[in-house]
Amino acid sequence: MAQAHDQSGGAPILSVSNLNLHYGEAHALKNINLDMTRHQVTSFIGPSGCGKSTLLRCFNRMNDLVESARIEGSIRLDGDEINESSTDVISLRRKVDMVFQQSNPFPKSIYENIVYGLRIAGVNDKATLDEAVERSLKSAAIWNEVKDRLNDSALGLSGGQAQRICIARAIAVNPEIILMDEPCSALDPISTLKIEELIEELKKQYTIVIVTHNMQQAARVSDVTAFFYLGELIEAGGTRMIFTNPLKKQTEDYITGRFG
Amino acid sequence: MNKFWKTGEPYVLLTGTALAVMLVLTLTLVGVVMTNGLGYFWPRALLKFDLKDGTSALGQVMVKEKNPISGVSRLQLKVANRDVFGQDFRWIDEKDIASRSLPTDAMLIERREHGNYFGFLKGVTAEGLAQSASPQETLQQAMKLVAGKMEDTRAIKKQMSNLNHTVERLRLKLLKLEYGGKEKNSAEISELTAVREKTMAEFTRLNEQATAAQAEIGRITGQFTDVTGGSKDIALMEIVALQRPNSMSFLAKCGAYLERVRELLLDDPRESNTEGGLFPAIFGTVMMVLLMSIFSLPFGVVAAIYLREYAKDGLMTRMVRIAVNNLAGVPSIVYGVFGLGFFVYGIGGSMDSLFFPERLPTPTFGTGGILWSSLTLALLTVPVVIVATEESLASIPKGIREGSLALGATRFQTLTRILLPMATPGIMTGLILSMARAAGEVAPLMIVGVVKLAPTLPFDTNFPFFHMDRKFMHLGFHIYDVGFQSPNVEAAKPMVYVTTMLLLAIVVAASSAAIYLRNRMRRKYTSSTF
Repeated sequence: MAQAHDQSGGAPILSVSNLNLHYGEAHALKNINLDMTRHQVTSFIGPSGCGKSTLLRCFNRMNDLVESARIEGSIRLDGDEINESSTDVISLRRKVDMVFQQSNPFPKSIYENIVYGLRIAGVNDKATLDEAVERSLKSAAIWNEVKDRLNDSALGLSGGQAQRICIARAIAVNPEIILMDEPCSALDPISTLKIEELIEELKKQYTIVIVTHNMQQAARVSDVTAFFYLGELIEAGGTRMIFTNPLKKQTEDYITGRFG
Repeated sequence: MNKFWKTGEPYVLLTGTALAVMLVLTLTLVGVVMTNGLGYFWPRALLKFDLKDGTSALGQVMVKEKNPISGVSRLQLKVANRDVFGQDFRWIDEKDIASRSLPTDAMLIERREHGNYFGFLKGVTAEGLAQSASPQETLQQAMKLVAGKMEDTRAIKKQMSNLNHTVERLRLKLLKLEYGGKEKNSAEISELTAVREKTMAEFTRLNEQATAAQAEIGRITGQFTDVTGGSKDIALMEIVALQRPNSMSFLAKCGAYLERVRELLLDDPRESNTEGGLFPAIFGTVMMVLLMSIFSLPFGVVAAIYLREYAKDGLMTRMVRIAVNNLAGVPSIVYGVFGLGFFVYGIGGSMDSLFFPERLPTPTFGTGGILWSSLTLALLTVPVVIVATEESLASIPKGIREGSLALGATRFQTLTRILLPMATPGIMTGLILSMARAAGEVAPLMIVGVVKLAPTLPFDTNFPFFHMDRKFMHLGFHIYDVGFQSPNVEAAKPMVYVTTMLLLAIVVAASSAAIYLRNRMRRKYTSSTF
């Protein structure tokens, strides 16, 4: 089964063991074992339908929304099991935030978009909110572009800006992990570049797991890469290792573009 | 030719034609209603016809047509003076006419009873009023005098109505005490009885005063002659409006027109609804539609939220959804019968025996009323709201929901903060459709609370102000009643057009308001990102 290379760095923040996921009859994830390290960028690559997004959505329990999904196995966040029915999903999602493929700003002002996570957590103090808006917009490298129109609708932003607003929205609640599900697939190269630079910055404070179809992107931004195929984790390891000297033939074929 | 069919052009033409036909039909309908309705109030000339047989006729030409058998053209003349001639209209063959003229002093007198009177002024009898040079001037002064005196009696009548209300309240209080087993000679009862008797005495005194005043005003009369030479005394208080259409300038006609429009919108109907205003019907329609919206909107929205957001998508949900869709197609009279059985007799009857036992056997809520009518119509329109809400919730992109949930929002927070605001334009569309439907519905109302003539509005200055148990008037029913149930259908015809026009106007006004709100919300909540 999966072989992990030495994933340098301290204790894993997120640890998956023997994870199986079924959508009704379909076996979507097969016996996954994987650790993710704090303050590192882990990228999931693989052809469409290989289960990488599904695995990502296990980390903040978004699969709960899919009625037919059945998940077995263990996922530990800082040592605490999160794949149990007793898990407090709401507080889990505050720790593990997500950025989606399609930017999805709410039909509210930019300001209200950013503070949404805080407001629903019951924070309504103006000073705290203002501070969070400035901090997260700066972290998401969009402060200079929007600081003069915080009260304008977020729907008027360009695709790249909207995606960075969504990242800022995730940062505002101070998560530990940010999950990114193909965050650049709907963006132009310049916006993509900006987001990639942003990821470099963000990993100093947060742990990032990113799903991408773009092999160059995985090579550029990630420290660790995991390759999935047909629901199985084929190989995971240091990104440089995976891209230059993969252990498995399937990985090499995929990376060199022979299939997928 | 073959190429022509292949281009697909013909199909575009076909669909375009279908739309055009539909538009033409709708516009024709609106056009017919508007021309007949708007023209009704314009003061028409009073033509005097001298006939070859030596008689003459005075009236307004309504229709000119060819006799289908003899081919002679004939005129339909509104001659009015129903109480003198026996009918309002007569036909005159054009070949019988010797001459026609426009007498400048011909008067149109709109009376409270017996319809209009067309004739000529002879003189005015009024005690203590100096006769002016011309009888017309005297008449104007006398009319002013009468209007002033009528104003005084109106104040007395208002007092009487309040006293009447008090007496009724006291009567019910007494009955309640009596049924409650209180002794007939207990202090409380005798005290109330004394108050009641005092109020009744006051009422009688006022009544006498009003009757005396009325009789005095009634002695101010005008003497008129009609075209056949017969004379008629008309008490000036019976006169609603006076016109000399043949000597009116264009501006004066415009003034008279506007005055009639004001009367239509703000006055009570007269002459079994064929004359006068439509205010109670307008008020009833609007209030009923608003009440209906208050009932159906929350219920519809909540039901749709459950169906779309919380219910598991199984057989049961699908069946409920189908049932809701089918409910919108149930004939409205069925709702009326259900409303009568369930709301009026069921709930209303129980409310009566619980809360108003002293009034029985006279029903309070156990009979048709505006509350039950609104509820019945709410039942009828709630499927529209449910379907519209569900559609608009379903059309919100999945990403928005997930985005909110991923930030740690509960489903309820997502619903109230994100989904409902986004769905509001769609919900408003549902509301617009349901209001239009409710405003036009007549059949179910006929059995749950609409009446031909309601003596009181469902809203007045007596506590508790909104009287949900009262019966009310409705424009849709008014059309049916005036057009098809009235004793004088020919005279009522213009009123039917006017009422139809008003009903259309109300629907358009309500819809426009809702559409304006919807567009504002749409600008706020949806504009595409890319």
